[in-house]
Amino acid sequence: MTSPARTLRSAAWKRYNIRILLLSLLYAAFLLPAVYGFKHKLIIGAVAWIVAVLPAIPIIGIFGAMGRYLVEEQDEYVRMLMVRQMLWAMGFTLSVATIWGFLDNFELVGHVDGYWIVVVWYFGQGIGSIVNKLTLGDGGC
Amino acid sequence: MENRLRILRAERHWSQQDLAGRLEVSRQSVNAIETGKYDPSLPLAFRIAELFERPIEEIFVSPSRRSSKAI
Repeated sequence: MTSPARTLRSAAWKRYNIRILLLSLLYAAFLLPAVYGFKHKLIIGAVAWIVAVLPAIPIIGIFGAMGRYLVEEQDEYVRMLMVRQMLWAMGFTLSVATIWGFLDNFELVGHVDGYWIVVVWYFGQGIGSIVNKLTLGDGGC
Repeated sequence: MENRLRILRAERHWSQQDLAGRLEVSRQSVNAIETGKYDPSLPLAFRIAELFERPIEEIFVSPSRRSSKAI
């Protein structure tokens, strides 16, 4: 009797998704009160610094979850697809940030809040998935 | 890397899914190795060799030997 074949969406991928879901809920739980508190000027002093930073912590956790997924993924081919996706995301994000930085510096575009870089990163992962599909025939997770 | 995985699998009447199950990898991994799009790690190459009860070099063609033959 043989083990069932794995799919691209492995147990490690399911655990990754659960972690992302929980971190997203935590992000909302930190962000919504922070926005309300700052809007109504309820938060001041040292507490303001803590409340402002709290929403960033789950986002940092998402980066950790990505690393954890790479460690836990047992299928080396699927892991390679994900690494390629992440490399594309990194290259895309750094390129966009550099170009935007110069455009911003020469006052050709408006200033953008730094946390948007995470959205650009995810977009870059999408590009990586398309590249995987075009070059290897498998998009990855 | 060129290999005889598809032939060895066909000799046993295994589908890619069957082989993937035996190797505990995804079917996509088997397909990528068979088509030469992905070179397996040494541990996976040994698992494949042990499964087919053949030395690694009977399954995977050494790129250096392949190029020297071409010369």
